Amino acid sequence: MTRTLITGNAAAAWGARLAGAEYVPAFPITPQTEIIETLAGWIDAGEMECRLVTLESEHSMITAAGAAASTGVRVFSATSSQGLLYGMEMVYAVPGYRAPFVLVNVSRGVQTPVTLEPDHNDVLAARDSGFLQLHCATCQEVLDSTLIAYRLAEDHRVRLPALVNLDGFYLSFTREPVEIPDRAAVEGFLPPYDPETTRFHAGEPVSQGVVVLGGAYYSYFRYEQHLAAQRALEVYDEVAAEFAQQFGRSYDAVETYRSEDAEIVFFMIGSFSTKAKDAVDRLREAGQAVGLVRPRLLRPYPAEALRRALDGKKGVAVIDQNLSMGMGGVLHGELAGALYGRAGMPSVLASFIGGLGGRDIAAEEFYEMAAVTRRACREGSTPPPRLLYTADELRQMRKLQAVAHAERMEGKQ
Amino acid sequence: MSDETITLYKHMKDLPSNRLLGTGTPMCAGCGGLLAIHQAYDILGEKTVFVNAAGCMTLLAVYPYTPFRGSWLYTSMASAPAGAQGVRDALDIQLARGRIKPEEDLQVVVLTGDGAAYGMGMSSTSSAIEHGLDFIYLCYDNEGYANTGQQSSPATPHGARTSTSTGPQGFGGHKKDLFAIWAAHRPAYVATVIATEPVDLARKIEKAKGLKGSRLIIALSPCPTGWDFDPRETVEIGRLAVKTGMWPLKEYENGKVTHTRVPPKRAPVEEYLEKQGRFAHLFHPRRNEAMLAEIQARVDDYWAGVEADHG
Ligand SMILES: Cc1ncc(C[n+]2csc(CCOP(=O)(O)OP(=O)(O)O)c2C)c(N)n1
Ligand code: SF4
Ligand SMILES: [Mg+2]
Repeated sequence: MTRTLITGNAAAAWGARLAGAEYVPAFPITPQTEIIETLAGWIDAGEMECRLVTLESEHSMITAAGAAASTGVRVFSATSSQGLLYGMEMVYAVPGYRAPFVLVNVSRGVQTPVTLEPDHNDVLAARDSGFLQLHCATCQEVLDSTLIAYRLAEDHRVRLPALVNLDGFYLSFTREPVEIPDRAAVEGFLPPYDPETTRFHAGEPVSQGVVVLGGAYYSYFRYEQHLAAQRALEVYDEVAAEFAQQFGRSYDAVETYRSEDAEIVFFMIGSFSTKAKDAVDRLREAGQAVGLVRPRLLRPYPAEALRRALDGKKGVAVIDQNLSMGMGGVLHGELAGALYGRAGMPSVLASFIGGLGGRDIAAEEFYEMAAVTRRACREGSTPPPRLLYTADELRQMRKLQAVAHAERMEGKQ
Repeated sequence: MSDETITLYKHMKDLPSNRLLGTGTPMCAGCGGLLAIHQAYDILGEKTVFVNAAGCMTLLAVYPYTPFRGSWLYTSMASAPAGAQGVRDALDIQLARGRIKPEEDLQVVVLTGDGAAYGMGMSSTSSAIEHGLDFIYLCYDNEGYANTGQQSSPATPHGARTSTSTGPQGFGGHKKDLFAIWAAHRPAYVATVIATEPVDLARKIEKAKGLKGSRLIIALSPCPTGWDFDPRETVEIGRLAVKTGMWPLKEYENGKVTHTRVPPKRAPVEEYLEKQGRFAHLFHPRRNEAMLAEIQARVDDYWAGVEADHG
């Protein structure tokens, strides 16, 4: 198999193309736009049989996606950051249609202030929506996850939309060698879209998205969605196993890297985990038993697999590339919930906030996080949460503040 | 509507008697919106999918019941036209690929109130028309956010009392001209109707049904609850809306606006206003002559413009 150098965005577009997406409601936003441009190019060149419609907003785009999936076609869409937030009413609404489709999110920090660079506050805002979430670390994984996401979302036991996440810039605009499977092989893995009973057409009326009167009926339907999302855990394992068999690439719900015999592990999602792997290698060379645990699947939450991966570890350095104001790192809180009160679980979960708005995480910072976590294990006390921020960065910030202050004063004279 | 138009509906006796819409909905007694939907549905028929936005009519489909014989999709307050876009595109894709037969095709009908049609849904509506989306938009216009208790909406008429305009002057704004906004997009068809003119309504729905492209029907919908009148007055108030010239019945097609009912001698607007509690402050404790004259003058101006246009 040959590998082609393509960006993460191109990999996502290839995923949609190979999945045979028939309908793409679209709206541009950096750093996602290349995905819809690529698809539009293929459609215009007659290389892809698909209809792409640019709606006037992401709110409309996600509505159209849910409506089209409910009518019986395979749907793909993509967005990022403010776009995902703009569509958020519908992000929460369409899973209840139980009509699966795939939405790629290219992570980008949310305003205010405005940035184009990535962190995960955008995608985590969709955390409780009913969308399944797959998080990618490489361009190959973006393509493969898109295919896996369709199989998972469309499985009879699941029937929920799925979100595939990749980091803006670090993946969206970075070229990596990617093996692009051929269409016939993908067709063997992913059969044509089966709308099951949800399909608008004359003769078999369907009512979608209706009102219920009373909390008991509401609870029933909501819990049913939750159970479907939970079933996606076992379905994911089946689908990933089949994918591995067919394409030779394995994607466990939880990736573990040199963590088997590790005492300390890094815990994180997304493309920065590849930096963590390098740090793990260096630390191993220095004789330290350090590893990495990375959930690919964030919804459903693979709690059992995480407990297996973390059983017997001394400490975990949880690196959150997000910030829940007034609380801290979202992944940290969730992991604590999954581990608390279980025998054999690490006693130290150290919380680090890093990579906000695309801020890099340096190798030295990984070493420091490992050291802090190791010390905490030795002393038996959990350290306070920490923002990854260097003295030099603070000096630069102070400089800008001084400029801003001087400008304002000048204006007043 | 010119007399040469071929229509099934010339007289009351020609109207369908089949009554497709089921009974037992939770709408208020005397709901003028439900009346219009009822009449429209008899003509649109069951090969339809109604795409709904938040409003009173969202409560038509309450699990496990629906009064429709065809399909229903609830979206959100802002995005029903985008829902229609998704459904229409998906039907077309499947028709083109032979996955559904032509006889399985559906007419896509957006059903929303004025709050969605004149306001929150304007962006998605404009986008749908711009795409030349093949759909019918049926707006029941009760001139307020009725479902949330009749607050002022972009369709509330000048001077009306609403639950957010409770002062002596009522609502200070003016009803937005949705007909003109649609017409400016040059869609296939735009028409105003009212359930108390059932033959006119039937002919317009019939015409819309026969056309392709984006089509709007705005039904003024007397609302006993929001407008504060006795449910038995719905029909009379509807008739007065037309007789006083407050609600012009018209249609737009091929760049041209035609009035389908020109009241020969318009009754004073007061006759329409005084029947509704929402305008009571214009009459009690004393008459607000200035406001009454202002409302009358706007109506007169409108019709003077129509007469000038028609020579
Ligand atoms: C995004 C959003 N904001 C507010 C509401 C609350 N809401 C429900 S119905 C409604 C009024 C809709 O007005 P209109 O379109 O005129 O329909 P009507 O209630 O008059 O039938 C409002 C504001 C909502 N459902 N969604
Ligand atoms: S509030 Fe008005 S529009 Fe709503 S159901 Fe009642 S009468 Fe009809
Ligand atoms: Mg209304």
